[in-house]
This record gives sequence, structure tokens and C-alpha cells, in this order.
Amino acid sequence: MNEAVLILGATSAIARATAVSFASRGDSLYLASRDEDELRRISTDLRLRFGVEVHFGLFDAEATETHDTFFKSIVAVMPNLSGVVLAFGYLGDQVAARDFSVGAKVIAINFTGAVSILNICANYFEQKKSGFIIGIASVAGDRGRQSNYVYGAAKGALSLYLQGLRNRLCANGVRVITIKPGFVDTGMTYGLPGLFLVASPHSIGECIVSSLNKSADIVYLPWFWRYIMLIIKHIPEPIFKRMKL
Amino acid sequence: MPSLITNLSSWGRYPVYSCKLERPERYADLSSTASSQIARGQGRSYGDAALNENGRILLTERINRLLEFDLEQGTLRAEAGVTIAEILPIIVSKGWFLPVTPGTKFVSLGGCVAADVHGKNHHHEGSFGEHVLSIEMILADGVRTSCSPSENAELFCATVGGMGLTGIIGEVTLKLIPIQSGYVEVQNHTAENLEQMFSLMQDETIDDRYSVAWIDSMARGARLGRGVVMCGHHALKDELPNNFHSISKPKSNRSIPFDFPSWMLSQLSIATFNALYYQRVGGKRAPFLSGYDPYFYPLDTISHWNRMYGKRGFVQYQCVIPDSTAFEGIKALLQKLSDSRRPSFLAVLKRLGAEGRGLLSFPMAGYTLALDLPIRDEGLFVLLNELDEIVLRHGGRVYLAKDARLSADSFRSMYPHYEEWLKIKNVVDPNNKFSSSLSRRLGIGSEAA
Repeated sequence: MNEAVLILGATSAIARATAVSFASRGDSLYLASRDEDELRRISTDLRLRFGVEVHFGLFDAEATETHDTFFKSIVAVMPNLSGVVLAFGYLGDQVAARDFSVGAKVIAINFTGAVSILNICANYFEQKKSGFIIGIASVAGDRGRQSNYVYGAAKGALSLYLQGLRNRLCANGVRVITIKPGFVDTGMTYGLPGLFLVASPHSIGECIVSSLNKSADIVYLPWFWRYIMLIIKHIPEPIFKRMKL
Repeated sequence: MPSLITNLSSWGRYPVYSCKLERPERYADLSSTASSQIARGQGRSYGDAALNENGRILLTERINRLLEFDLEQGTLRAEAGVTIAEILPIIVSKGWFLPVTPGTKFVSLGGCVAADVHGKNHHHEGSFGEHVLSIEMILADGVRTSCSPSENAELFCATVGGMGLTGIIGEVTLKLIPIQSGYVEVQNHTAENLEQMFSLMQDETIDDRYSVAWIDSMARGARLGRGVVMCGHHALKDELPNNFHSISKPKSNRSIPFDFPSWMLSQLSIATFNALYYQRVGGKRAPFLSGYDPYFYPLDTISHWNRMYGKRGFVQYQCVIPDSTAFEGIKALLQKLSDSRRPSFLAVLKRLGAEGRGLLSFPMAGYTLALDLPIRDEGLFVLLNELDEIVLRHGGRVYLAKDARLSADSFRSMYPHYEEWLKIKNVVDPNNKFSSSLSRRLGIGSEAA
């Protein structure tokens, strides 16, 4: 049976690739983000390429007071909603993140906003006793590093939240999958020095969708990041604190 | 926007320049923020048209959304970064085809407009720009403007074939043609020499919607100009055997995995290949059916075929000679090439129809010859200058989308509508913010560098 999937933060390269992957299976989609012009373009494109049903609507992760109404409006047009992909994220400028106003925004989007909307989704699926929640966290959340620790802290917190959610919803037949992408060739990383083994959004999108057919709860993408992060997590702190990562 | 400074070349892998690349993912990020920039789609022009030495390059590959497809009228609106390869399966399955297609499907829609590309049907249907209903542009001052043959017609004529120098092409609306099947019915005819070749190509009884000739560039003397004329049209339903699916499936891809050493494409190997090809393709006397993919894009099944020409790259020399002097001109070019003993792996001859709207467009009524010439030494550039002289003497011109080395003076002589184009350029982009390595080399929009 085809899924009906809500994608939050639908205009990022990873989200677009994920939407393509769902649409190519014939799933219907609801795309949400702050950028109406982009949403319209992406929705039309998916309809024309794959002949699937695509809706879109405005969503602002920071405006948590709007999330309830937003979610009701989705269920109204898509009563068969069967899954959610949380794909929004905000890297922020790490130098600026020393300034709390920037750090606060990173936390507000990546963590607070995510928890707000996922709570609503979780309650909905818990009641339906079916559905899935895919949360895109980051390998940056596995260990704090000087280059992006505010972002890493927020994404790490999101991973913990998803873990708890998984534990809570397991008995109700709701899948919760945590995706931890490594370096992906997106607007967020384009031209950054020091990147290696950069994956295409297309391959990440395919893996995100195919994770639904596999049993893993925490998925590193591409797969080898599990081992890279395993090593990084096991470097003793007295050594790690002197490293430039 | 994040950027990447890197050495960049296009399909001919010559020249190579350091450029500052940006790759927007949102339509609103298509803008002119630097003092010099040029949009680049798939980098399938051959020389320096989509290069900007020490300048900004705007990659449009992620601005590739389909926006409207009218199944009744056969019109398609899409963002400039979408490729023909992405469009084809969608439109063919609904019974439509591109009105004009270049020899590779790995080109962007924006690139097709900017180079005003032509296909094997130019003598009947004109160039790509003749089928463009409208273009949305992002101009130097940031204003989004649409232009068409009736609205802002001057800007339209300067943009079609304008090599991206009037602004960023954001969206293109195209008129498609109806087809009854995904197949092409092909009929080959052999010509033993150039005289026969020309009489075949002028013969109305064998002419078809599509027509192109492969020439054995290694044939000399009495055989100079021998080759095969390949004519074809979209197969009608009743031309298909019953067991044919009406839509052909593309073949799987092969790839050239590394740079070929230079000896591999020697005079001997090319002469051998050409002789075999002449026998094999020319030997097909009866009409046959071909899928649209292998017919229009024979080289696309081999990815990175440009590696065949080795590390130093190659130049594709494509020129057109007007009808009145075409035979003498083409003969002189082939003679010169044959005397130079420089092997050209590919030599293609096509008929072109009347000039279109584009002020800097390449096509004019006549015959166009395209040659692939690997760069082995500086001597090649001497030969190419000599070919330019022949083209100029016969009133022809060189195709900018393929060019990497023409002189500014030759450009001015070959493109008589340049002054008219410049007037429009000066209105829409007075500070010459849209420029490329090609435009500086040829002094387009400013004096030559």
C-alpha cells in the first residue's frame, strides 16, 4: 500500500531527494517549509515527473505555537497520513554561535522546533497505532567538536529525543528511525574545505526511504559513518580535547 | 552563498581555468552578485563559453524543476537547469517530442537556448530558439523579466544564441511536437565522394525530417568526402510491426574509464574504423527502425567519451558555409584537413535552413561541417586558423558553443548582427556583469582581452 508522507523542511537538497524517492514509489506527499515559491516549484515537479499527489503548506519550525493548527490542516487534506520525515535543520555560523542569539536559533530550530512538531505527530500516530517517524539528526551529534558543537549539541539532543520516542511508541506499532548523515553534497556543505567521502543527496534520499524496509533504528548514511563515528566516539577525552576536528 | 574555487573545463577539456563556482538550490538565488558571472548548465559546450577565468560561475544543475506540461497543447515550462535527458522520458510517454534536439541529451534547457542549438532537422524546423515560446530571465539589475518573440522581442532575440551574456535564463517555455511512437524510421544512403554527397543531400526525394551525413575524414583524392547520409523521421504507428512497444527503452550505459593514450587514435586506427563504418552503416540499404535514444544520442551510451581524446583534450571545429559557396568551401576544408594528416575521429555534415531570430545564433542557410580534433601540439591551432580563413572567404561562420580559439576579428566578420546585439546588451547589462572567458576572448560586450 502506498504511504502518505509529510516532509518537514522539504526544500533542502536531502529532503527533495527523499521526496523524489517516495514519489517514485507512488507515495503521496505533503511538503512543508517556510519558502512558498520553492514548495510550489518542487511540488509541481514531483507531480509532473511521477504523477503522484503532492500538497504543500507553510511551516516554520521556530513558530511552535502554530504547529498544532499546522498539523490539523495537514490531516484535513491528507487523512491517510502514514509517516513523517523531519528534514529541517539549521547549521548556523559557528563563530557567530558564540553569541547566544545565534546559538539560541540553532537550538530553537534543530531541537525545540523539532520536539514541538514531533510531539504532535507522535500523539497522532500513537492513537492510530501505526505510522512512522523519520528524524534526520547528524553525525555531528555523536561527539562535541569545536567546529560545530552548538549544532552538534542540538542534533545530539534530537537523537536522544528520538530514542525516547522510539521506546514510547514501540508498543503501539509506530516506527521511529534516526538518520545520521555524514557529509552530503548540499548547499550547506558546498565548497567547504576538509570534506571527504561526500555522498550525493540522491543516494541519501534513496537510503532514507529504503530504511523503512529494514530493521535498523539508527541509520548512518552512508553506512561507513557508523564506523568513523565509532572510532571518533572512542578517542579518550584527554586526547580528543587537544585535537582539531 | 557558499562557493568553490576550482579548475574547470567543459566538454572538450580545453581550456582549463580557475573559476569560482556557486551552486544555488533555490530559484530565488539565481542572481548577479559579482562583477562578472556566467551561468553554466551541464558544461556540454566544448570550449570556454561556460568558463569564467577568475570569475563567478553559477551552476544551474539544481534549478531543474518541471513547472508545467500541457498535454493538449504540447507546451512545457521548466527551469533552465533541467536536462533533455530528464525531459524526454516524461514527454515521450505522453506522445510528445522535442522540436529540436542536439546530439547529446545531457544538456540543460538553458544551454539549448543560450547556444540556440540545432539538430538534424534544421533545414525544416530551424533551431531550438524558433520553438521557444517564452523565457524568464534574471537581469543584471536583479529584475525578473519575461521575453518572447512578441514580448520584449529584442531581449528575446539577443538571448536566443546569446551565450548567456544578456542575463540568467531562469525558465523556458517550449512548444513540443507530437509523435506516434518512440521510434525513428531510418534510411541510409552512401556517397562515394563529395559531389555525390551534395547531390544526395539536395535530393528532395530522399530528404526526410531528419538528415545528417557522416563523412570519412580520412578519405583522400577521388574519395574525398565519401560517407553516409542518414535520413529519418518519427515512425508512425502503422510503420511499426505489431510486436513493437511504441516507446523505446534507453540502453544501459558504457563508460570510457580513463584517458586514452594518444597513439590509440592514430591515423591508422581512425582510417580503419572509418573504412569499417562506411561498409557497415553504408551497407544497410533497407529502411530500419531505431529507438529515439540510439538514433539521436548515439554517443550518450558511452559516458565520458571525451576521455577518448586523451588528457590534453580536443577541439570541435564546427562551421557553416552558405549555400552559394557550400560545395567549394566544404571541399576546401576537407582538402585542408586531409592534407594536414590530422585525424578527425568524427566528421559530420548537415544541411542548415534559414537564419532564425537569434542575433548571435550560429545557423544560416547552408552546410555545416563538424570535426573533432585532438590537441596533440600547437600545430593544430595553426591549422584551425587556416580553416577560419577558408570559412571567412566563403562567407561562413564558426559555432561559438564549440569554439575555444577563434579570434575577435574573425568573430566580428562572421557575426554581422553583433552591433545590433550589442545595443541590446548595453541596455540590459550596461556594466557587462554577464561575461565569460569566451566573451572576453572574442570581445563580446567589451573590447577583446
